[in-house]
Amino acid sequence: MSVTTSTPVATSAGPPPPARVHWQHRLAERGVDRQLWLLTPALLFVVLLFLYPFFYGLGLSFQPTEGGPFSDYARFFSDAYQRGTIWTTLGLSLPAALLNVLASVPIAYRMRGRFRGKRLVTILLVVPITLGTVLTAQGLLNFLGPTGWFNRVLTALHLTDEPIRLVHNYWGVFFSLIITGFPFAFLLVLSYLSGIDPTLERAAATLGAGWWQRFRMITLPLLMPGLATTFCLTFVLAFSVFPSAVLVGNPAGETRVISIAAYQAAYEQYDYPYASAIAMIMGLIELVVISVVLFARTRFYTGSTGGKG
Amino acid sequence: MVTTATTDVRTQRRVVARPAAWLVWGAVIFFFLNLLGVVGSVLVSSFGQRWFDTWLPDGYTTRWYGEAWTEFALFQVIKVTLEVSLLVVGLSLVIGVPAAYVLARRNFPGKRAIYLVFLLPILMPPITYGIPLATVLYKFGFAGHLSGVVLANLVPSVPFVILTMTPFIEQIDPRIESAARMCGAGMRSVFLRVLAPLLLPGMLASAILVLVRTVGMFELTFLTAGPDSQTLVVALYYSMSAAGIRAQQSVDAMAVMYTAMMLVLLVIALRYVNPTQLVARVKEEPEP
Repeated sequence: MSVTTSTPVATSAGPPPPARVHWQHRLAERGVDRQLWLLTPALLFVVLLFLYPFFYGLGLSFQPTEGGPFSDYARFFSDAYQRGTIWTTLGLSLPAALLNVLASVPIAYRMRGRFRGKRLVTILLVVPITLGTVLTAQGLLNFLGPTGWFNRVLTALHLTDEPIRLVHNYWGVFFSLIITGFPFAFLLVLSYLSGIDPTLERAAATLGAGWWQRFRMITLPLLMPGLATTFCLTFVLAFSVFPSAVLVGNPAGETRVISIAAYQAAYEQYDYPYASAIAMIMGLIELVVISVVLFARTRFYTGSTGGKG
Repeated sequence: MVTTATTDVRTQRRVVARPAAWLVWGAVIFFFLNLLGVVGSVLVSSFGQRWFDTWLPDGYTTRWYGEAWTEFALFQVIKVTLEVSLLVVGLSLVIGVPAAYVLARRNFPGKRAIYLVFLLPILMPPITYGIPLATVLYKFGFAGHLSGVVLANLVPSVPFVILTMTPFIEQIDPRIESAARMCGAGMRSVFLRVLAPLLLPGMLASAILVLVRTVGMFELTFLTAGPDSQTLVVALYYSMSAAGIRAQQSVDAMAVMYTAMMLVLLVIALRYVNPTQLVARVKEEPEP
């Protein structure tokens, strides 16, 4: 009999094993058998290309070119120009991610039913995600620039007398985060919302609940875990903003985000230990924000959303 | 009865929430107008002869495309882009599908930990692991060449294949495999002759998703590419950040070519996958 039985149940359902079973059988009872070799390429890949570089970078960050093991971290936090990048990054990514998630909720709530052109709307929303940040940056430079169409419309409507400065500062980067991030958040929220059983709301309606009550007491609590996940994914996208911060922002000043600091350390000063230290700080801050959100998520209702979840 | 009840609820909701509906649709239309402006201004500019302080350019020409093609050596760049993407797609399928099969079907000690490790590359921003990864790839001499770009792009692609393939594998009835085993098929022929044909739609879907993501992936390619292994996005970035040296319009022409390439991929992708899958893998829900 081959050891590659498809289910561990089949093996354990037999008579109690004799005192000295072959070790392969004992492992197979716990679900470990030859089929697990199929995992090897993927495990090898993740160890060689993800874990090893990560720990190599972590080790490198404690071996600075000069000073003790923590001197690169100390250097980062004692330099106001470098330390400030943390707040710049959070100041861009947190409002952008929040706005993307909060704006998607009412829009997705309106659109969760079936209507004509729903597929068209979703396809149009996928376009900015696939275009990516580099192309969005190029478009924003043309569109929002001092002689671009946006400022022309504002001037033609007599809303402003002179063009508003919207690129090469905070707002340019913020808009690029909205353009790429909002469709992403919207599609996720829409799919979470359509996973909520609509009969729950209908039941509430028969009991006399109004529109706001139904949303507040039924849909929102069921949606909260999904919103938390969406916020995390949108935040990761916004947090690693790099091309648009360089191209439509002001990379030396108000949009000098932490990824620019890490890039400059690695590719302009060739100080790999320092660059690794900044990358580690960046990853740590991101994980802190995500774990705060995910911890809050555990406090929401996370059961079945009524049949279809 | 059921249908009348639904329509009743619907009409009632429409009447109650009319101002909110206007507001929501207004916001959506405003978003799309701006999106159209962003994409449209690049498109118009790439065909424009001279465009300074006017609504539309003075005249139209296609010469910027020819200039961009020769100036940025776009043939080479597009060739590299296709090579990188196809290699990444092929390798990530070969590595990812067997792992997805085991993770979807089997239960074994340490499965949760392994799952978490596979999730991490998707949860972390590419720059954070990209910089240590590029350092390691430079140390071993991979970075700066095509191989380094492919290896770096595999890092988010393999987990992505595993995540998108899992629901497809869960759909296949395990009894089919058991039946094949009973008829004397070994593991190899179960995989090649039973599972592979059944999984073909899933593999196609995740291949296309990986293709779209790899062509659009900026950070990892940017960190590992050398002068002759740039993909189209990275070449576009370099030509933009060196603005002023070259005519704005030829950069726009290159951006339009990139857009066209992405849109073609997107149209192909949408034939096989649900738009939400392009974003992330969410639990699939059947259409009501």
